[in-house]
Amino acid sequence: MQDQVRLGVDIGGTFTDVVLEVGSAQFSTKVLTTYAAPEDAIIDGMQQVCENAGVTPEAISQIIHGTTLATNALIERRGAKTALITTQGFRDVIEMRTESRFEQYDLNLTLPEPLLPRQHRFTLEERMNVAGDPLLPLSRDAVEALVDSIVPMGFESIAVGFLHSYLNDSHEKLVREVIAARLPDTMVSISSEVSPQMREYERFNTTVANAYIKPLMKSYLLRLKGRLAAAGAACPVFLMHSGGGIISLESAAEFPVRLVESGPAGGAVFAANIAARYGLDKVVSFDMGGTTAKICLIKDQTPKTARVFEVARTYRFKKGSGMPISIPVIDMVEIGAGGGSIAHVDALSQIRVGPESAGSEPGPACYGRGGQRPAVTDADLALGKLDPENFAGGRIPLDPGASEQALAELGRTLEMDATTAAYGVAEVVDENMANAARVHAVENGEDLADYTMIAFGGAAPLHAGRLCEKLCVKRLLVPKGAGVGSAIGFLRAPFSFEATRSVYMRMSQFDAEKVQSLLAEMTEEATAFVQNCAPDQPIHAQTRVYMRYAGQGWEIPVRLSADQAKSPNADIFTDLFEQAYEGLFGRTVAGMEPEITVWAVNATTQIHTPEPVGDLPPQLAAVSVGERALFDPAIGAYVTAQIYARDSLVPGACVAGPALIVEDETTIVVPSSRRARAQPDGTIDISEETR
Amino acid sequence: MSTVANQVMWNRLISIVEEQAQALVRTAFSTSVREAGDLSAGVYNADGVMLAQAVTGTPGHVNAMADAVPHFIRRIGADNIHEGDIYITNDPWEGTGHLHDITVVTPSFYRGKHVGFFACTAHVVDIGGRGFGADAASVYEEGIYIPIMKFAARGKVDQTLINMLRGNVREPDQVIGDIYALATCNEVGQRRLIDMMTEFSLSDLNGIGDFILDHSRRATLAQIAELPAASAQGGMTIDGFDAPIDLRVSLSFAGDHISCDFAGTSGVDKKGINVPMVYTKAYACYALKCAIAPEIPNNAASLAPFQITAPEGSIVNAPHPAPVALRHVIGHMIPDTVYDALDKILPATVPAEGAGCLCNFQLSLRPTAGNTGTRAEVLAFNSGGAGARPTLDGLSATAFPSGVMTMPVEATEHSGPVIIWRKELRPDSGGAGQFRGGLGQYMEVGAVAGHEFDFSAMFDRVNHPARGRQGGEAGAPTTIARDDGTQMRGKGKQFVPEGARVLLGLPGGAGYGPAEARDPASVKRDLARGYISAQSAVADYGLDADQVDAVLAAVARGEAI
Repeated sequence: MQDQVRLGVDIGGTFTDVVLEVGSAQFSTKVLTTYAAPEDAIIDGMQQVCENAGVTPEAISQIIHGTTLATNALIERRGAKTALITTQGFRDVIEMRTESRFEQYDLNLTLPEPLLPRQHRFTLEERMNVAGDPLLPLSRDAVEALVDSIVPMGFESIAVGFLHSYLNDSHEKLVREVIAARLPDTMVSISSEVSPQMREYERFNTTVANAYIKPLMKSYLLRLKGRLAAAGAACPVFLMHSGGGIISLESAAEFPVRLVESGPAGGAVFAANIAARYGLDKVVSFDMGGTTAKICLIKDQTPKTARVFEVARTYRFKKGSGMPISIPVIDMVEIGAGGGSIAHVDALSQIRVGPESAGSEPGPACYGRGGQRPAVTDADLALGKLDPENFAGGRIPLDPGASEQALAELGRTLEMDATTAAYGVAEVVDENMANAARVHAVENGEDLADYTMIAFGGAAPLHAGRLCEKLCVKRLLVPKGAGVGSAIGFLRAPFSFEATRSVYMRMSQFDAEKVQSLLAEMTEEATAFVQNCAPDQPIHAQTRVYMRYAGQGWEIPVRLSADQAKSPNADIFTDLFEQAYEGLFGRTVAGMEPEITVWAVNATTQIHTPEPVGDLPPQLAAVSVGERALFDPAIGAYVTAQIYARDSLVPGACVAGPALIVEDETTIVVPSSRRARAQPDGTIDISEETR
Repeated sequence: MSTVANQVMWNRLISIVEEQAQALVRTAFSTSVREAGDLSAGVYNADGVMLAQAVTGTPGHVNAMADAVPHFIRRIGADNIHEGDIYITNDPWEGTGHLHDITVVTPSFYRGKHVGFFACTAHVVDIGGRGFGADAASVYEEGIYIPIMKFAARGKVDQTLINMLRGNVREPDQVIGDIYALATCNEVGQRRLIDMMTEFSLSDLNGIGDFILDHSRRATLAQIAELPAASAQGGMTIDGFDAPIDLRVSLSFAGDHISCDFAGTSGVDKKGINVPMVYTKAYACYALKCAIAPEIPNNAASLAPFQITAPEGSIVNAPHPAPVALRHVIGHMIPDTVYDALDKILPATVPAEGAGCLCNFQLSLRPTAGNTGTRAEVLAFNSGGAGARPTLDGLSATAFPSGVMTMPVEATEHSGPVIIWRKELRPDSGGAGQFRGGLGQYMEVGAVAGHEFDFSAMFDRVNHPARGRQGGEAGAPTTIARDDGTQMRGKGKQFVPEGARVLLGLPGGAGYGPAEARDPASVKRDLARGYISAQSAVADYGLDADQVDAVLAAVARGEAI
C-alpha cells in the first residue's frame, strides 16, 4: 500500500475540511461550506489539496466522507415534508414520548415538539403480537386507500413504523410495496430496517428521523458521487457513520440517520488515535467548529459508545430534552456553540449565545458577507485572539470594524462597550461548553480534573485554554492538523460492518448447531461486506452476544473468542455472562436463567496503532514573530501576547502564556496561566504554569 | 479540605447515586423499575442522614426514603451492623408507603470502618395478598410484610426469607430478581464511594456531609426568607372509593420555615387508598420545593425547613393497620391541593389542576378454563394531562407530580398475555383556556385469546375533574367502560371476560385564564393537529365556520400549521 492516496472530507456547519494523505504526507485545507450545493466546496477543496500535493484527482484511491448535514437538518428542522404511517391506536407515540418530565422541579417545563405534526401521522388497522405473528392482518386495499388519500398532500418521504415489527417486518414491507407502486418518487423508511429493536418510541422516532432527512441526504450523496467522478475522482466514496466505522455510499443514502454525528465520530477517532500515541487513558476530546461544540470521553484510548443517543437537546443540555435516535454511536454531548453562534440579549438582560448560527452564509459580521449580528468569531477577533489578515491562511479577510459595530450594538442595551460585550460573549460561550462537559462527565460518573483535553476543530484552539481553566483540566494537547481533526479521523477509522440478529435463546434451550450456523452466516455476511470495501486488507471478526437473566429488560455484552464462537457451548456462555455480570454489578442472581437476545458479529479492518511519541528534547526558547494585545478573561484585562508561528516551533520549543500560536487553519490561545511546549509530532502540549 | 474539593465531591456523590439508580434500572426484572423508573437511590452518612439522592426516580420516594434509614439503624441496632450486611423492609410506615415498595439498605465500610449507607427503593410487580389494588380492608390483606431485617448477614443471603417470599408472591422470579437488583445497585454505589474516599484521602464522610448539609440548609433558608410572611387555606375534593374525599390544607410562610398542615381532611377510608404520613410529607414537600426552591438538591437539610403535619387518623396520616396499597392516588393529589393555597399567596406561579394521580392499572391474567396459557401480573403506568401554566399550555399525557415514565407498549406485552390496542391522545380533553390544559389519553386493553383477567382500577377524577384557574375551564373527567358498554368503577378489582376490552379515557388537565383570550393562531394549530375538534373550536374558542373550514382545507392539502 505504498503511497496510497486517500482523501478525507468533513462538511461542518461553517467549513468543509479536506485532507489528502499521500503515504505519510498530509495536505489539508478548509473552505467555506456551500449550503445550496455542499459538493461544490468538496470539489474546490479537493482541487486545492491535490495541487498542493502535486497529484491529480485520478490518483485518489478512496474518499472517506463525513458530514454534519444530517444532524443540522434535524436540529434546525429543515427536513423533507414527511408522513408517518403507524399502527391504528398509536398515532401519537412520537409525541407522547415517555410521558415523563426530564426536569422534575420546573413547573414551566416545555417538551420538544415531535418531528412531524399530528396531522402528518396516519394509521392502518394491523397488529403483530409478541411472537411476531399477525394478530390483525393488514389489508392491501386499506393500504392502497390510505396511500391514495395522502397523495394530494405531497409528501416527499414516508416513515412506516408498526408495533412489534422488529419481530416480523411483513406488514411494513407491504406498505413500502404499495407506496413504491403508487408514489414511485416518494422515499420510504421502514422501522424494521432502520432500527430493528424493541421499544416503539425510540424505533419510530429513529425511523421518522431517517425519513425526514433522506431526500436531502440521498440527492446530495448521489450528486456528490457524480461531481467527484466528473472532476476526475471516480474512486469509491465511503461514508463515516456515527459508530466510528465506515459504510458504503449506497447504504448511507438508504439509512442517512446513521450519518448523524458522523463528523464528530471522526473527531473522536482522531482524538483516540492521539491518546494512543501519548499513552493517555483518560481523555476528554473537545471539538469546536463553526456551528457546534462536541465533547466526548475517551477512556483507555477507546471512545465511549452507546446504542441510543439524543440529538437536539433543548433544555440546558439535559438528558431527555432531545429526541432519541437508536443506532450504534460514539457517545458524546453536542451543543450549539461554535464560531458562528450568534449572541443576543434576552428578556432578563443576560447575554445568550447560540444555538442559532450564522453558519458560512452570511457568517459572522467580520466576514463582511452581510451578517449584522455578532457571532463568537466577532468576539474572538475583538479580544485579539484572531489576526484579521491571516484567518484561514489569509483566504478570508476579516473586518474588525464590522465586528466592533455588531458588538457595540449588542452592548448598547446593557450599557457596555464593544470590548466588554465581546468579553461577555466569549465567557458565556465558554461557560456553556464547560457546563455541558461537566454534565456529560457527571452522567458518566467521571471527574474531569484528572483528564487530559485534546482540542481540535477550527474554533477549539481559541477556546480550549479557557475551558481548561474553568474545568480544572491540567493538560491540553492541540495536535497537528487540529483544524481538520475529524477529516484526519476518517482516514484512521476502520472499515467495519456489524451483522446483528434478534434471536431469543434461553440457556436451557441452547442449540449448539443452530448457534454455530447462525454465527457462521453472520460472520460471512459481515466479512463479505468489509472485503468488498477493502479487498486487500486483513479482516478481523469479533463476536458478541447480548445476554441477561430472562425477565430483565436490558442486556450486557459478552465477548466470545473465535474458538468459543466456532464451538458454542451453553456452560461456557453462562460462565462468561456471569463473569461479566459480576464484574459490572458485583453479584450474580441466584437461581435465574440467562438468555441471549441479540447476536452481533463485527467485522473490521485493523485499526492502525500509532507509534508512541518520542522523548521530548531539552527546553528551547521559541522566537516570537510579533505581539498583539490579547484579552485574558481570567484576569479581566488585555495583556500583551507574543505571537509564534506554529511551523517554526521545533520539538522542545517552549512558549510562556500569554501567547498566540498561529497556523493557517487556526490559532492556539495560550492563557497567562499556562505554558506550551512543542512535542516531536508537532502537537502543542499546554500545561499549567508552575511558578 | 478546600471548597473546590468539597464542591467536586458533592457533585461526585450526586453522580454516584445516579449511577446507583442506573444500575438498578439495568438489572431489574419488573417493568415498573426497568422501563418506568419507579425507584429511588441515595447515600447517607453513618448516622443515617441523607446526603444525596439520584435524579432518576420519583418524588414520592424522596422524603420517604430520607426518613427510612434511621428506622433501620434503630431496628437492626447500631452494634449489629457488619460489613457484608444487607437490610430490607417493605414496611409502609417506615419505608415508602405501601407493601409493594421494597427498600434495601446497605451499610458501607471503608478500611473496616462503618462510614455510611446506601439505600434504594423500587416498586415490585406483586407482593401477594389480594394483589395490587384498592380492595383490601386492612394492610394484612395487601400482601406479605417484611419487617426491617437482614437480607444478608456478613455476605450470606437469608434463604429462609427468599423461600418465604417465593411462596407468597405471584411473580417470584421477578420479585426475587428485583431484590437482588436493589442489593446490586447499592454495591455499585459503594464501590464508587470507596474510589472517591481513596482519591480524596477521606477516612469518613463527616466533613463532606457537613459541607453539603450546611450549604443546602443555608440556600433553602435564603429562598424561604424571600417569601412574604403569609398564610392561606386550600382544598380539593376528589372521588375516593365509595364516597368523595375532602383534602384541606393550611399553608403558612414563617420566615425560617414553611408549615403545611392537613387538618380538616377526610378521615381514614375503609379501602386501600389511605396514605401513611411519610408519603404525604414527600408530595407536599415536592410541591413546595418546585414552586420555591427548585434548584437545591434533595437532602436532609434542604428538606428540613418544610414542616408537614396532618392529624393522625386522617386519610393523609393513616395509622397501621389501615390499607394503603393505593396511597399514590391520594398522595399524587396533594400538590394540587397545596397549590390551591399557594396560589393565594404567590399568584401567577402555580399551574391549574391536572390529572394528578397516575392513571395506573394492574392486570391479573390467567388462562380461561380448559385453556393452557400463561398467568401473569401486568402493571401499567399511564398519565393524563397536566394543568395549564400561567403562560403555557399544560403538558399532554405527562405525569405530574409523579416522576415515573410509562412502559413501552412492546415491553408491557412481553411481560404477560396482554394486548394494548390503543394508547393515543384524547382530543378535547384539555380544559379550555387562554392556556389550554394538557390532553389526556385513550387506552384500550384486552387479553390474548384464551385468557381472561381481573382489572384492578386505580383512577380518580371520574366525578371530580381538574378545576381551572383564573377563568380556565375544567379538564375532561376519567371514563372507564367495557367495549360491550358495561360501565366500570374508577377503583377496585373488576373481572373482564375473554374477548372483552377495557376502554379508558384518561383525564385532561384544566385550563388557565379565559378561553376567549387564547391566541387565535394557537386555536387554529390545535384544530389542525386534532387536539381540539371543530365543535370545540367554535363553541369554546369562538372560531367561525369559515375559519374552521380554512384550517381543515389546509390540513387536507398537507400543510403543517
